[in-house]
Amino acid sequence: MAQSPRPSSSPTNVFAPWNDPNAKPLIQFKNVTKRFGDFTAVDDLTIDIYEREFFALLGPSGCGKTTLMRMLAGFESPTEGSILLGGQDIVPVPPNKRPVNMMFQSYALFPHLTVWDNIAFGLRRDGLGKDAINDRVKEMLRLTRLDKFAKRKPHQISGGQRQRVALARSLAKAPKLLLLDEPLGALDKKLRNETQFELMDIQEKTGTTFVIVTHDQEEAMTVASRVAVMDHGKMVQVDTPAGIYEAPNSVYVADFIGDVNLIEGNAKVDGNTVSIHFAEGAAPITAVCERPIADGQRVSYAIRPEKISVNREPLDDRANHVKGKIEDIGYLGNVSTYHVRLPSGELVSALMTNSRRLARRDFTWEDEVWLSWTDTAGVVLTE
Amino acid sequence: MNLRRLIVIGIPFTWLLLFFLVPFAIVIKISLSDPAIAIPPYSPTLELSGGWAGLKAFFSQLDFENFTFLTLDPLYYTAYLSSLKIATISTLLTLGVAFPMAYGMARAPEEWRATLMMLVILPFWTSFLIRVYSWMGILGKEGFLNMILLWLGIIDEPLTILNTNTAVYIGIVYTYLPFMILPIYSTLEKLDLSLIEAAEDLGCTRTSAFWLVTVPLSVPGVVAGCFLVFIPALGEFVIPSLLGGSDTLMIGKVLWEEFFSNRDWPVASAVAVILLAILIIPIILFQRNQQKQLEGDQ
Repeated sequence: MAQSPRPSSSPTNVFAPWNDPNAKPLIQFKNVTKRFGDFTAVDDLTIDIYEREFFALLGPSGCGKTTLMRMLAGFESPTEGSILLGGQDIVPVPPNKRPVNMMFQSYALFPHLTVWDNIAFGLRRDGLGKDAINDRVKEMLRLTRLDKFAKRKPHQISGGQRQRVALARSLAKAPKLLLLDEPLGALDKKLRNETQFELMDIQEKTGTTFVIVTHDQEEAMTVASRVAVMDHGKMVQVDTPAGIYEAPNSVYVADFIGDVNLIEGNAKVDGNTVSIHFAEGAAPITAVCERPIADGQRVSYAIRPEKISVNREPLDDRANHVKGKIEDIGYLGNVSTYHVRLPSGELVSALMTNSRRLARRDFTWEDEVWLSWTDTAGVVLTE
Repeated sequence: MNLRRLIVIGIPFTWLLLFFLVPFAIVIKISLSDPAIAIPPYSPTLELSGGWAGLKAFFSQLDFENFTFLTLDPLYYTAYLSSLKIATISTLLTLGVAFPMAYGMARAPEEWRATLMMLVILPFWTSFLIRVYSWMGILGKEGFLNMILLWLGIIDEPLTILNTNTAVYIGIVYTYLPFMILPIYSTLEKLDLSLIEAAEDLGCTRTSAFWLVTVPLSVPGVVAGCFLVFIPALGEFVIPSLLGGSDTLMIGKVLWEEFFSNRDWPVASAVAVILLAILIIPIILFQRNQQKQLEGDQ
């Protein structure tokens, strides 16, 4: 998971307006519901998005993220509830009157216009003077490093360049809010990674609020200041990427973001320590839990593979140890994933960095190993 | 491999040679001959038995007399001009009727489109001649149109539509409408709707998005449709002779009269050769439009 240190979130000046009760949100969804016939795409949703945020809507297809974005752009209007932009209800405002621009998934570049004219399209609609338009288009071309391609038509440039034209066009009118619908979906992986950082850079430079829709969790984690995980028209969790990853609030989120081991068991509470009895005869898992949990409640224990250490002997400084047998090893070069079968039947995956060369690896298939992890490594989930 | 290529290219070439180039060469040859009271009604005819000398004699008898004749009689060039005018006006009228229809079809719900398309093509299942005849029944003095208008009290006296240029326009627009609708429909249907949304997102109203995005992107279809209507309309014979009046002058009619009334095959052939020469210009333009469209798609 690429977790980038964002300049604006340095420890001295944390960018977290959502924690500041005095901060005024730029966008407010208030109990918004959108139905298409019998289908509820967005279900009674309330969320605030703040200025300069890079807000990611993440979820499987059909979860309502695109509908949410189209409501912001003005292409759909909510069945119930209201959407405020800077305190004003924008539901009755048509798309061409909103200070909101959108970068389409297909880019939607006008094929009959050159790159230059595509970028100038929105400025011309505003009736700006010729010089003002020229200056602005030039600035956008510089920002997206497209200077050389101004005279070309969209079909004469590469996919990555088209993506940048689309971005330049949607930024040209200096919108208060930029919507990005799967902006990197059509690019190959390497270009996508580069472009992610470029997007973040441009967002910093222009200070525009970005709302991005994506189904790629890695992308959401990389670029966003906050990620909203959606499912069935509801936001399951809204938090910083680290919060979503380290402290998921439900099995759905834990499972959706990254790899996770889920172990079900009965909780036995002792203060803020919970023992999870997951199998007959197996030692319970000890975990520290902030949330109140009822004694005897059925819970899921979620732990990320990289939090589990695989060793010949149990590590004494860790609270949890389990013995198991290696069933499979997935070698990825920098890391290896070990699938370890516990005596009670569970299959646990653990991720270890390959700090030694392959030939000198300590254990192999069918070896008996010890898995160890601390009591704060995993989270106890009740949903 | 080479043989296969030769066959693949050879078949259409042979086809063109047999059914276009050879007949056209015969027409050119007739246009250079003189009329004669004989069967066939022109001379000279090619006699291979005469050998080399016969061939030379044959060629020495060919001349451009008929073409000179066409320039001398104002009937011909007025007929050409009038045909061009009628073809141009009816092409524009067809475009005016077809574009909204094609637009409506392309924007109709997906499940309706096949049916709408069927309705556009359906008239082709009836004979073209019968459909033009039925317009005589509609447009005549005692036709359906006048009866309805009289009954509604919109007019007091029956309108004279049949046997005027108006009737010819109506006939051409009606007959060639599908040729205009189909290419425009196919470009409009391919049009990515997110382009319209993008235009609106960037500040266009519905109307300006239509003029700035939909119309420019439908140009290839419009051009194709216009040629598909203009080219046959220029040489149209059946519609003007059935619906047109005595003052409707079209080159197709002149051609017919030269061939069948005057039995002057050489002059008729010359008329046909010039008609083709006039048509070649739009045909070349049409080809270039298609080519450009292909390049644009890549």
